[in-house]
Amino acid sequence: MTQSQTEMIQDAGDAGIETRPMIVAQDVQKWYDNHFHALRGVSLTVNKGEVVVIMGPSGSGKSTFIRTFNALESYQKGRIEVDGIHLCHDLKNIAEIRREVGMVFQQFNLFPHLTVLKNVTLAPIWVRRWPKAKAEEVAMRLLERVGILEQAHKYPGQLSGGQQQRVAIARALAMQPKIMLFDEPTSALDPEMVREVLDVMLSLARSGMTMVVVTHEVGFAREVADRVVLMADGLLVEAATPEDFFNRPQEDRTKKFLSQIL
Amino acid sequence: MSSSPDAPIPIWRDDRFWKAVFQIAILAGVIGLLSVFFSNLNDNLNRTGLQFSFDFLEKSASFSIGETPIPYSPSDSYLRAIAVGVLNTLRVVLVGFVLTTLLGILAGVASFSDNWLLRKLSLLYVEVVRNTPLLLQLIFWYFPVFLSLPPPQTPVQLPGPIFMSKTGIYLPWPTIAPAFWLWLVALIGGAIAAIALWQWRVKRQVERAESGLPQLVGLILLGIIGLGIVTIGFNWQVPQSPTPGRFTGGLRLSLEYTALLVGLVVYTGAFIAEIVRAGIQAVSRGQWEAARSLGLSSGQVMQLVVFPQALRVIIPPLNSQYMNLAKNSSLALAIGYPDLFSVASTSLNQTGRPLEMFIILMSLYLTLNLMISLVMNQLNRMVQVKER
Amino acid sequence: MTSSLSTASPPEVRRRPRRWLQKNLFNSWLNGLITIALGGVLLWAGVEFLTWAIVEADWRVIPANLPLYFVGRYPADQYWRLWLMLAIIGALSGLTWGVLAQRVVRLFTVPVLVGLSLGGLGMMLIPTPPIYRLFGLGITLVSVFSAWGGRQLARQFSQLGQWLSLLWAVTFLVAFWLIRGGLGLKVVSSNDWGGLLLTVLMSVASILLCFPLGVLLALGRQSSLPVVRGLSMAYIELVRGVPLISILFMGQVMIPLFLPEGVRPDRVARAILGLTLFSAAYLAENVRGGLQAIPRGQWEAANALGFNAPLTVGLIVLPQAIKISIPAIVGQFIGLFQDTTLLSIVGLLELLGISRAILANPEFLGKYGETYLFIGVIYWGFCYAMSIGSRRLEQQLNTGQR
Repeated sequence: MTQSQTEMIQDAGDAGIETRPMIVAQDVQKWYDNHFHALRGVSLTVNKGEVVVIMGPSGSGKSTFIRTFNALESYQKGRIEVDGIHLCHDLKNIAEIRREVGMVFQQFNLFPHLTVLKNVTLAPIWVRRWPKAKAEEVAMRLLERVGILEQAHKYPGQLSGGQQQRVAIARALAMQPKIMLFDEPTSALDPEMVREVLDVMLSLARSGMTMVVVTHEVGFAREVADRVVLMADGLLVEAATPEDFFNRPQEDRTKKFLSQIL
Repeated sequence: MSSSPDAPIPIWRDDRFWKAVFQIAILAGVIGLLSVFFSNLNDNLNRTGLQFSFDFLEKSASFSIGETPIPYSPSDSYLRAIAVGVLNTLRVVLVGFVLTTLLGILAGVASFSDNWLLRKLSLLYVEVVRNTPLLLQLIFWYFPVFLSLPPPQTPVQLPGPIFMSKTGIYLPWPTIAPAFWLWLVALIGGAIAAIALWQWRVKRQVERAESGLPQLVGLILLGIIGLGIVTIGFNWQVPQSPTPGRFTGGLRLSLEYTALLVGLVVYTGAFIAEIVRAGIQAVSRGQWEAARSLGLSSGQVMQLVVFPQALRVIIPPLNSQYMNLAKNSSLALAIGYPDLFSVASTSLNQTGRPLEMFIILMSLYLTLNLMISLVMNQLNRMVQVKER
Repeated sequence: MTSSLSTASPPEVRRRPRRWLQKNLFNSWLNGLITIALGGVLLWAGVEFLTWAIVEADWRVIPANLPLYFVGRYPADQYWRLWLMLAIIGALSGLTWGVLAQRVVRLFTVPVLVGLSLGGLGMMLIPTPPIYRLFGLGITLVSVFSAWGGRQLARQFSQLGQWLSLLWAVTFLVAFWLIRGGLGLKVVSSNDWGGLLLTVLMSVASILLCFPLGVLLALGRQSSLPVVRGLSMAYIELVRGVPLISILFMGQVMIPLFLPEGVRPDRVARAILGLTLFSAAYLAENVRGGLQAIPRGQWEAANALGFNAPLTVGLIVLPQAIKISIPAIVGQFIGLFQDTTLLSIVGLLELLGISRAILANPEFLGKYGETYLFIGVIYWGFCYAMSIGSRRLEQQLNTGQR
């Protein structure tokens, strides 16, 4: 089952895009401290430039899964490689991977004690060791790109949810990552602000960024995703192009899930 | 490249290795520092010819103690002297807990009174007491207040009768005889019955809209019985002054004890008042309004809705206030009340054994605080469970 | 008197106080009873106190020893150093206030003006030589002026705020140098420091010195490493479980024993060490409260951006945690300021200690009430001002950001 899934995923990945695997997860298993088996053997390969949307009911392990890609969650069994770097207890590897993987969270997680500009420049200055002027120049360009240049000197608390999330995207991009992870980026937003964040993500995808997105936004998945993946109960149920996923789902679990959300 | 077998991680790059190394280094650092201290201590003690040992506890203390709840004379051992100190501390601390809780709740609730004078007075009390040092307050109670009491020939007489003079405070006190304990048990039983009856009455009133008159009669009867026990059964000994300057009967409290008790109670009470006030405030306005809209009277709201909820917020911080009171009782030294710390410091001066005395002191105070915490945690659990 | 007043004032003015009385003091018979009883007791106490204060009390003990209360046995010919220090601190406080309040519409609001003029009046009434009264007034004016200047400057240069903490650090060193002497100034031995000067010096030094240890302990207690957590917890609980006086006592007796022969820090240093070790445990608990208030998402976001643990703590977690715990830390400082009185038991001549020394002087024997009331007012003034300030700060922290 797992084997055939992996092949299927790779087949889908072959469709038109350069096939250089950026994330390779093989049979990843995770238990929490209370022995809850959160991931029960998940395999997924994400190629360069690909946009993968992960869907699934809450508690299905989808957030846990993408959080293993930058070592926010540990895993006990299986193997994850990010851009050819093995993700394990190796401090140097973890540091390298985190520098290459940007992440956007459901709750934005901006640093409330710093201005928007400082939020964006902090990591480039301290982690990438860029001079302040360069970091600020890059930050201003990114803030312009996500459309909040005027708010650069405000504090996160003074911005709307949508604006905060766009700052968070700019903050992640400032590290010039090769891969972007989105963990339910629009779930904490008021409905009228969802669009502005999705637009930014859309343009990011168009620019060729490798993205893994956990979301419930079907419209986004249809429009942008190269592949849509369904996870349930810590397992990967189905992975297909959005066309096939939404119109011709293979698995019963997928059909049930789609009937619930559509 | 992904299929190539992993080379083993170099150990200096493994986070588990660094976690272990870090902990070992810290442990080694702490142990190293302590061993330096203790080798210095050893050298210093060798020079003075003292060996670390608790043998001195058996020796005769040869100092007298002002107040001794158990028989003690200077020829008794240091151990017994320390026991006297512990009992003296407990005497202040336990009575202090009861009084300071009463004072604190009273002042805390008074800050919500609709009487302007009472409200402002409660505020003034809290602001003055919290913003002046406890030691200064204790010294103030002892020197300018209690020491300026008149000589025993012309005591201040309060209703009771209570006599106050330079030689002490004389209070009426029950005769401690086997009968007293029986009456006390009866009284406590009556109190428990009264609480049960009260809750039953409230339940009836709320659930069945009854007037609760029969239970009220029961309560009044219990009250009368209780009053009878307290006035007659306890066989009060009343202090008397047959000849000027001499008092017989009743209970004598020394000025040192009274000053310490009053100082600690007044000081801690202000903090408890703040806790009570914050606890009542924490019960949201919505709760008040919801309860009022159900048609409960404002007294019923306080009793049935607000106070039980406030109690949940109030009890955890009370723990640290009780611990503070226990620790602060060590300031007795400044006004000459022979509590644990003061006895220990006299012993220290005589024996020159700071380390041993410090270990004894620390373990005794830690035990005391641990017991307070245990009791308070138990109480806390009771309140929290009841609410669920 | 009353009748002429009532006829002169319009009727509604007369009715209003009565309605107020009825509503606030006599709205039920129980409240009326309470009011009368309390009022009676208060009136009696007030009259008793006033007769004592005016008729019986002998206030000469205060002016006769004023320098002792404030600076102990600090040599009089070196007082100028302390005045200079006060002026520097006053100017810097004013500047800080001005910078912090740069967004406020009016700096000198009515309460502030009232406070300032009361302070100035108090300064003029202190029974010292006129020149010192002028100094006091001058320092007040300097801080007012620098507050105004700081506000103007802060609007011009936004970087000013960052330099303030550095400026304060330098000021502490300068202040210490001015007090102690050396480097060209005459050295004043710490045995001659006393009174309010010593009280303030010890509490400020202890709270500053306990910061590094306290923050480390707080982090240690939250750590996932069992050894670190265990050691931190052991220290915190041990220190919080014993009375401060025992720690101070042992600080005086045991510190020399723990050090090699011949090394013997002076009394003040030992006292500060004892206070520091003590406050570190309490500070750790306060900072821990702040740490617990930081959402896990902050750590995760920092990790995801590639910050290592020390950078995450230093740049992201601690600044927020300390900001949250500032009111608690101010509260702790008020407690510490009061706790310095305990040093009088171990023989230091801080404000309470020097008062007890003065009372031991045959000339002032038995003037307990006067002396203790006087220093009580000083302690109260400091602590009350700080607690008001901390409440303001708390409100600002609650309304600003978020």
